[in-house]
Amino acid sequence: MKIKTLLASAAMALGLATSVYADGHEKTKVGFVYVGPVGDGGWTYEHNKGRLAVEEEFGDAVETVFVENVAEGPDSERVMTQMALDGADLIFTTSFGYMDPTINIAKKFPDVKFEHATGYKRADNVSTYSARFYEGRAIQGHIAGSMTKSNIIGYIGSFPIPEVIRGINSAYIHAKKVNPDVQFKIVWAYTWFDPAKEADAAKVLIEQGADVVLQHTDSTAPQAAAQEAGNVITFGQASDMGQYAPLPRVSSIIDDWAPYYIARTRAVMDGTWESKDTWDGIGAGMVGIGEISDAVPADIKEQALAMKTAIADGSYHPFTGPLKKQDGSDWLAEGEVADDGTLAGMNFYVEGLEGDIPQ
Amino acid sequence: MDLSVINPILLFAALMSAATPILFAATGELIVERAGVLNLGVEGMMIVGAICGFAIAVETGSPIVGFLAAAAGGALLSLLFAFLTQITLANQVASGLALTLFGLGLSALLGQGYVGIKPPRLPDVNFGFLADIPLIGPIVFSHDPILYVGLILVAAVWATLKFTRAGLILRAVGENHDAAHALGYKVVRIRTLAIMFGGACAGMGGAYISLIRVPQWTEGMTAGVGWIALALVVFASWKPWRVLLGAYLFGGITQLQLNLQGAGVAIPVEYLAMSPYLITIVVLVILSADKSAAPGSLGRTFHASS
Repeated sequence: MKIKTLLASAAMALGLATSVYADGHEKTKVGFVYVGPVGDGGWTYEHNKGRLAVEEEFGDAVETVFVENVAEGPDSERVMTQMALDGADLIFTTSFGYMDPTINIAKKFPDVKFEHATGYKRADNVSTYSARFYEGRAIQGHIAGSMTKSNIIGYIGSFPIPEVIRGINSAYIHAKKVNPDVQFKIVWAYTWFDPAKEADAAKVLIEQGADVVLQHTDSTAPQAAAQEAGNVITFGQASDMGQYAPLPRVSSIIDDWAPYYIARTRAVMDGTWESKDTWDGIGAGMVGIGEISDAVPADIKEQALAMKTAIADGSYHPFTGPLKKQDGSDWLAEGEVADDGTLAGMNFYVEGLEGDIPQ
Repeated sequence: MDLSVINPILLFAALMSAATPILFAATGELIVERAGVLNLGVEGMMIVGAICGFAIAVETGSPIVGFLAAAAGGALLSLLFAFLTQITLANQVASGLALTLFGLGLSALLGQGYVGIKPPRLPDVNFGFLADIPLIGPIVFSHDPILYVGLILVAAVWATLKFTRAGLILRAVGENHDAAHALGYKVVRIRTLAIMFGGACAGMGGAYISLIRVPQWTEGMTAGVGWIALALVVFASWKPWRVLLGAYLFGGITQLQLNLQGAGVAIPVEYLAMSPYLITIVVLVILSADKSAAPGSLGRTFHASS
């Protein structure tokens, strides 16, 4: 009997030794829930770079775990529950569709801190964070509107959520400013990651006359489809997608989550973590603009970089009036800037965009 | 709404391309299931085929060699499933799910050096004057050779199952493995060969995505196509021509709904997005009203001693 007890104790001690220091304090365990594979080359790839940055910053003081390809919905609750049961101190849930599951699981584990990306629901132990991707979309719209020859710009949407609608509106406003004849064709893929479907969507848009394709999906497949078609320009989404530069990819929006992940992990470690909402953009460095390739004419490149500087220093906001809603009603007066509340819940197109937002 | 922007020739050509990966995987799985084995590892074999085909095509400069490697990769992975289910008599459902998870992980590992690389292009088959026939030519006679291999495969599978002794034996094993064993047929060997054939087909389907349809390597790029193929076999009542119809229906409506969205058709996008699944299921359910039953021994473990 004694030998059994001894073996059990030894096994338990060995298990604890993997997460406890010699001086007695435990490692901080940080979990990440990903909607796609870490090798998607886009959204999840960048979140995973943030996770690796946390490991590099804190070394042996942290242990990170992740689960990839987690479907939005009930399955994500199972994954979060398991992470919490396995001793995670902090869990980052990195997609909009994890919002309600995160809130549900946070209630069951009040001692675990949760960080939900791109959502709007918070609790005492749930923070939200997002990046102002629409700032990058403004720059992309400017380049797209300036460079299109067919005046048709294709846009691959994932799901009709505020984050995606903001991006469509921002890109359209700025394309229209430089090219009043521009038309947006929007195709909803109803997926974040499905390379074949994303490539098909890009091909359809190209066949229907688009010579610029923007995407709010996570794989590089639209880049490959555009490369195959030739004479089409694209923009990297969430990650640089630089392997498709200088053409078709002429620039990109890059999400840099590393500083935020490091800061929030540090806050948990030193006991200063509190629930808050973070929504940063180009100025704070959470949104980066990938190198604008030489395929973009010098004057357009200069204008785009000037816009980037103006957005970064706060002298220009992409949603500045006069702007009307799609139905023709007034939204923003001359010089008026959209408030964060409206942007966070955006569920309408601006004037000039065709089609309805799926409900 | 401007339907004139939809080019019917390009639409039909695209649907054939979109259907091909599903067609390969489903045809292979049909043979596996007709032999009485349920392999839920189709997705895993497809993704391994996708990276094997892509990597070998890039390294050799030959897409054809790539496709052969994809078939070999899928078949090799399926051998693992065959060993687990036919030799160690492990549960088929659990083993198939494990195969999918293993395939996804293995492909991610193998594919790390191939992200962002453009594969060599497979030229379309030259049908000469046939390709110039108005309407039909560009739709039917302007594709890559693998697409036609897929169509030939369906015909060959149908003919084999219906008219040959090998097909009869395969069906006998699937319907009642004990009776087949009593007649002296080597059930395990037959099923292993069927499993390998299914793996090879799934591998080819995966490679079609990475070498032709997208064309690139991205981790997890099959994105559930294997599960669609699995469902298709059941809804097609284990009949090859219905698999062909189902694959083309699913691929076609997927392409059509994207085209209709682009054209700004006044149908709510939600309905368009779900239409490929809905219409394919409805059509195949109506067709399967003849009460075609599943193979009698499907999913059952064979004990040679029994």
